[in-house]
Amino acid sequence: MSTMTYAARDSYTMLRRSLKHMRRYPSLTLMLIGQPVIFLLLFVYVFGGTMGAGLPGGGGRADYLAYVAPAILVMTIASVALSTAIYVAKDATEGIVDRFRTMPIARPALLTGHVLGALAQTVLAVTVVLAIAVLLGYRPDAGVAGWAGAIGILALLSLALTWLCVALGLAAQSVETASNTPLFLMILPFVSSAFVPTDSMPTGLAWVAENQPFTPVIDTLRACLAGRDPGSDAWWAIGWCVLVTVLCFWWAGRLFGRVRAV
Amino acid sequence: MNTQTTAIEVLGITKSYGDHVVLRGLDLTVPAGTVYALLGPNGAGKTTMIRILSTLIGADGGAARVAGFDVRTQPDGVRRSIGVTGQFSAIDELLTGRENLRLMADLAHLPAREAAARVDELLARFDLVDAADRRAATYSGGMKRRLDLAMTLVSRPRLIFLDEPTAGLDPRSRRDLWQIVRELLDEGVTIFLTTQYLEEADQLAHTVGLLDGGRLVAEGTPAELKAQAGGETLDDVFLALTGHGVTPESDDELEEIR
Ligand SMILES: Nc1ncnc2c1ncn2[C@@H]1O[C@H](COP(=O)(O)OP(=O)(O)OP(=O)(O)O)[C@@H](O)[C@H]1O
Ligand SMILES: [Mg+2]
Repeated sequence: MSTMTYAARDSYTMLRRSLKHMRRYPSLTLMLIGQPVIFLLLFVYVFGGTMGAGLPGGGGRADYLAYVAPAILVMTIASVALSTAIYVAKDATEGIVDRFRTMPIARPALLTGHVLGALAQTVLAVTVVLAIAVLLGYRPDAGVAGWAGAIGILALLSLALTWLCVALGLAAQSVETASNTPLFLMILPFVSSAFVPTDSMPTGLAWVAENQPFTPVIDTLRACLAGRDPGSDAWWAIGWCVLVTVLCFWWAGRLFGRVRAV
Repeated sequence: MNTQTTAIEVLGITKSYGDHVVLRGLDLTVPAGTVYALLGPNGAGKTTMIRILSTLIGADGGAARVAGFDVRTQPDGVRRSIGVTGQFSAIDELLTGRENLRLMADLAHLPAREAAARVDELLARFDLVDAADRRAATYSGGMKRRLDLAMTLVSRPRLIFLDEPTAGLDPRSRRDLWQIVRELLDEGVTIFLTTQYLEEADQLAHTVGLLDGGRLVAEGTPAELKAQAGGETLDDVFLALTGHGVTPESDDELEEIR
């Protein structure tokens, strides 16, 4: 077998290991899905009436649901990514990773296994959250191209955030640190176009919101799901995701090869 | 170098952590098919040596060849040839014993049929059949240790590193483990182990190296060392050669370390 075949096989073995871990920690998966669902309910039923009225052109709860649903999907992805940092850090503190490192395993296999496991979890979580949004009355207007775009951007975002969290998990010296450092991923969407239009913010904040990666990603997703053309936002979104993925893939690889402190 | 005759060759290995010099130029040779025991007190650098030889960390200076491969430039060659049971448990506690072994078999690229057979064989050999489908987290310390070693053996490595394999084991488990080491030796496997127990080195090793202050202060067969220092036990030897004994902290403290 070639090196590539071995790399694929080892990654598959590691993916199966990650999936087993997830099945044995169902509470974590439930929490990952529960958290965005609570956000969704909160934003639609608690804030939705008022927030909807504040949307450009005015509107109601239903309009706000359409506005916020894509943002909640993005939060779902961030939430799954966060758990990956914890998995990775937990693994690194347990001796098994040292064992892997003394074995002739294709180098990125372990990390790829984590990432693929997270993607599987993302698919599950996003599907559940989307289904609940639809139950609440959300009706995406996307055609085939729109859905393809939405799935594409969700996948790219998931890849970027997961590799970022893999790197953060490896960089953390403890599981506690690993569960804290990526929390900014849950905060950043609040300073973006996720929950309110950026032009309703004070000038300085609006500038930050308009220029941070979550805004083009959320705007692209929102456009795709609404059956509109995302325009240049799509390029910014793809650019950011690819940039973060590449940098964090490289960073994670370095951290993994690094001599552990202990 | 001929891998048939020399399993490990270490030349002037040095390693420091910051100002703290752990290894100050270590030389040693382990002939294939023999047991080498590296003996030393807590903090002597035994684990550091194993981590260098098993490609987990780099040395600062010197060179080492393991199974004919340079640890610095050919780490993958080394990794294909060795099995390592570290000082601390390296099992996946969320998986069952069987799944842990199967994971190793899959990573060793054994065909499915062979993998399943190898897993069953090792479960039986290490007396883990009854516990095979329980999560490893529920295993006792001795069972975890056995699983750890079984995982190391899945790929049938010709050279095995055991870092304090019997620390924390009761006398019976310790003797069982010695028996396994002897069986491996009969199969022609080379074993490099570390220990703080003089009796263990005496029982198992062809060659014993005494590590103290970052240097090998003595090396030879257990009998040679005893003759050299005019003592009966390796403890006498250690005392004669280093001015202090080898006996580490109490067993309680060892327990704590585990
Ligand atoms: N990552 C590290 N950073 C700093 N110092 C370290 C590191 N790893 C080991 N040391 C130091 O190196 C010395 C040798 O450690 P090592 O673990 O090799 O000893 P050992 O002989 O295996 O001891 P023990 O019998 O307790 O396992 C110790 O003083 C230890 O504190
Ligand atoms: Mg040690």
